[in-house]
Amino acid sequence: MAAGVATWLPFARAAAVGWLPLARKTMPRPPVDKSSRSDEILFVNVSGQRFQTWKNTLDRYPDTLLGSSEKEFFFNEDTQEYFFDRDPEMFRHILNFYRTGKLHYPRHECVQAFDEELAFYGIVPEIIGDCCMEEYRDRKKENQERLAEDTEAGEATDTPLPDSATSRERLWRAFENPHTSTMALVFYYVTGFFIAVSVIANVVETVPCRPLKGTVKDLPCGEKFSLAFFCMDTACVLIFTFEYLMRLFAAPCRCKFARSVMSVIDVVAIMPYYIGLVMPENEDVSGAFVTLRVFRVFRIFKFSRHSQGLRILGYTLKSCASELGFLLFSLTMAIIIFATVMFYAEKGTKGSSFTSIPASFWYTIVTMTTLGYGDMVPNTIAGKIFGSICSLSGVLVIALPVPVIVSNFSRIYHQNQRADKMRAQQKVRMARIRMAKKGTANAFLQFKEDGGLGDPDSNSSALCLKNRSAFENQHHHLLHCLEKTTNHEFTDEMAYSEMCLTESVGYRTSRSTSLSSQQGALNNGCCPRRARRRAAMRLANSTVSVSRGSVQELDTFPVKSTNLPQQTRSSLNARAVDIKLNCSDRDYTAAIISIPTPPSNTPDESPPSSPAIPGILRNTRATAYLQDAVKISSL
Amino acid sequence: MSQCRKRCRRQLTKVARYFYRFVTGTLTQDSIEDDFELSTVCHRPESMDKLQEQTKFTKKELQVLYRGFKNECPSGVVNEENFKTIYSQFFPQGDSSMYAHFLFEAFDTDKNGSVSFEDFVFGLSIILRGTINDRLNWAFNLYDLNKDGCITKEEMLDIMKSIYDMMGKCTYPNMQDEAPREHVENFFQKMDRNKDGVVTIEEFIESCQKDENIMQSMQLFDNVI
Repeated sequence: MAAGVATWLPFARAAAVGWLPLARKTMPRPPVDKSSRSDEILFVNVSGQRFQTWKNTLDRYPDTLLGSSEKEFFFNEDTQEYFFDRDPEMFRHILNFYRTGKLHYPRHECVQAFDEELAFYGIVPEIIGDCCMEEYRDRKKENQERLAEDTEAGEATDTPLPDSATSRERLWRAFENPHTSTMALVFYYVTGFFIAVSVIANVVETVPCRPLKGTVKDLPCGEKFSLAFFCMDTACVLIFTFEYLMRLFAAPCRCKFARSVMSVIDVVAIMPYYIGLVMPENEDVSGAFVTLRVFRVFRIFKFSRHSQGLRILGYTLKSCASELGFLLFSLTMAIIIFATVMFYAEKGTKGSSFTSIPASFWYTIVTMTTLGYGDMVPNTIAGKIFGSICSLSGVLVIALPVPVIVSNFSRIYHQNQRADKMRAQQKVRMARIRMAKKGTANAFLQFKEDGGLGDPDSNSSALCLKNRSAFENQHHHLLHCLEKTTNHEFTDEMAYSEMCLTESVGYRTSRSTSLSSQQGALNNGCCPRRARRRAAMRLANSTVSVSRGSVQELDTFPVKSTNLPQQTRSSLNARAVDIKLNCSDRDYTAAIISIPTPPSNTPDESPPSSPAIPGILRNTRATAYLQDAVKISSL
Repeated sequence: MSQCRKRCRRQLTKVARYFYRFVTGTLTQDSIEDDFELSTVCHRPESMDKLQEQTKFTKKELQVLYRGFKNECPSGVVNEENFKTIYSQFFPQGDSSMYAHFLFEAFDTDKNGSVSFEDFVFGLSIILRGTINDRLNWAFNLYDLNKDGCITKEEMLDIMKSIYDMMGKCTYPNMQDEAPREHVENFFQKMDRNKDGVVTIEEFIESCQKDENIMQSMQLFDNVI
C-alpha cells in the first residue's frame, strides 16, 4: 500500500463536509479509535546506532516488520527502544523507504546481503524504485548465475566417488574428468593423438605427390599410398568407435548423452567410414560418397573435449546466438533490398553481369562485407550511387552486434577462469566443514574422557572442564542423553576401525560379553568408565604400531589445538607425568612432529594454534601408551 | 529413465523454439517472470500478547525465542530442508535427517509443510512448560506417525531406526543391525498391556507413569530456556 493512501485519509474524511448539507439521511456515527492517536517518536537501536522516527512513519507499511506488531518482539524494556542486531548501514536505506516511499539499492553493497536484510524486515524487493531497479536486477541475475555455476561445479567431478560406485559410474567419471586415474589420463592422451593423426592424414591425403612411374600427371598422395591411408583411417575409426561405445555404455542417461553436442560430433566423425564400407563401388553413388568424406573434417571438433579454449568459443557462440541471429536476419534483409535495387538499376546496360536478383546477391554480399572482389561492377550512375550506399550500410550493420559478441566472450572467459578458482575454494571450504564436524564430535569425546559425565559439582573435575561454555555443556548433555537412549557410546573413527580389526581377528566374543555386562551394571561414576575406555583403547592400540600416524587425516589436527585453554599447559608443567593428562589430545598425527620431546620442556608461550604444544602433549601420551601397549600385548 | 524421456521431449521443443527465434532474429527478452518466483513468503506471527496468553512463556522468553527463530529463517517459516539442516548441526557423527523429519511432522500441526513461529512456540511450550501428561501426550504424538491414536510396531521401528541413525557408525560397542528391533521389542513388552500389538495413548501414559525413570527424566528439560 502506498504511503499516500494512509496519510491522505484524514483529508478525505474532512472533505466530506461538503456532503453534509445535502444529505437526505442522517450520517452514521464515526468509528471510535481505541488506540492512542497522538504521534510519538520511536527509538530504534540498530547495533548501537540509534535512529529516531515517528511512529506514523513506520505505520505506513503495516505489512512489514517495523510497521506491524512484530517489532514488539524486539522491544527492550530497560532502554525503552527497539533493538535490532543487524547492519546499521543497510538500515539507513530501509528507514528511508519508510520516509520517502522509495527503496534505493546501495551500489557498493553485496546484493545478497541486501536481499537478506529486506527479507528480515519483511520488505518485498519489487518495491525498489525505478532509478535503482535495473542495477539491482542485473546484479541479482549475475549472482544467481554465479551460484548456479558453483553448484554445478561443486556437484561435478572433483569429489571422490563413494566406495559403492559401480564400475559404470567409475567409467563415466574417468571419461568426464581424466585426472582421476592414470588409465583415464592415458586414454585421454591417446585419443587426442589419434584425432590429430586422423586430421593430418585427411589433409595430407590431398597434397599432390610425385607421380607414379610412367605417368606425367601429379597424383594426390591419397591415391598413391591408398593402402597406407586406408589402414590409418581404419585404426582411427576403430578407436573412435570404441570410445563412443564406451561412453554410451557408461553414460548415466543415455538419451541425454545421445543428444549432446559432443556425441553428435562423434557420430558424424565416424559415420562416413562405415557408409563408405557398405557402399558398393558404383560410379554414380561414389560421387555422393566423396561428399561424405567432407564430414571427416568434423573430427577436428573432437578436440573440444581436450581443449578448453574451443569450449569457451563454443559457449560464446551459443550464448550470443540471439545476437548472431539478429545480425544474420538484418543482413539478409539488407542484402535482398540492395540486390533488388542494383538489379533494377543495372537492368538496362548491355553485357551487365547483374543477370538476375539472386546473381546480384553475390555483389551485395561482397560489397557489404567490404571484400570488393571486383568481378561484378555497376556501370550506370544510379548503380554506382546505390552501390556506395550499400557498402556504407554494410559496415554499419556488421559492426553493431560485434561488441556484444566480444563482451560475451570476455565474460565467459573470465567466468571460466573464476570456475577454477572457485573449485579450489570449494575444496578448502569442504575441508574446513569436515574439520568443524570432527571438532564437535571429538569435543564430546574429549568431554567424556575428562570425566565430564560425572557429578558436575564435584571438585575433582579438571580445570579445563570448568572453562567450557554453557553451550558446550548443554550440547554435550544432549549427546549424552542420546547415548543413554540407545545404550551405545560415541567413539572416534580410530577406535572404531581398531575395533573392526580386532573383531575380525576374533577378540569379539570374550570382550563384548565382559564389557556389556560391565555396561549394564554401571550407570554413573566416571572412573570405572574411563578405566574401561582406557582398557579398550589400549587393547585397540596394541595391535597397531605408530604407523597409524600416517593413517590419520591431516586436517583434524589444527582444531584440537585451539580447544586447549590456558590452564592445562601450566597444570601439565606442574606435574608432568602423573597427572591424568586430562585435556591432552588423543589424536596421533605423528606424521607432523616425529621428534619426541620430553614433557618437562617449557612450551613456548605462543598462541594456542602453534603446533609445538600439542606435539609435546601428544608425544607424552604416545610414550605413555606405548609403554602400556607393550605390557598388554604380552597377554 | 521415464523422467529422462520427458526431459528429452521438453528440451526438443525448447530447441525448436530456439531455432525459430534464431532464424527470425528476435533478441532474447529479459524474462520478468523469474524475479517473482521466490521470496514474498513472509509470515508474521501473532502479537506477543496473544502468544503469551496461549503459551506458558514469559515475554522475555518469547522475545529470545523469536530472535533466534527470525535469525535462522528471516521469512518467518521453516521448511523441512532448513529444519533438517539446523538439526543436523547438533549431531555431527550420525544422520539425523529421519528424526528431524518426524520432529517436523510433530511441530507442523496444521500440516501445511512449514513450521511457523506459532507452531514452534506451541510445541516448545508443551514440552518445556507443560505438565507431565502434556509432555507424554506430545511424545506419543511424535511416535504416532499416521496420527491414528495408536503406535504400531512398524511406526516404532521407524522412529527407533532414526534415533539409532543419529549415533552414526562409530559407536562403542559396534552398532548391530538388530539393535533397533530389540529395543522395539523391549518397548512393546513394557508398554503394551493387553498384548494386542499396538500401544494406545492410555497404555502409554499408564505405563510411563508407573516407570520412575521416565517420570524423573521428563523433568530434565525444565530449565532449557
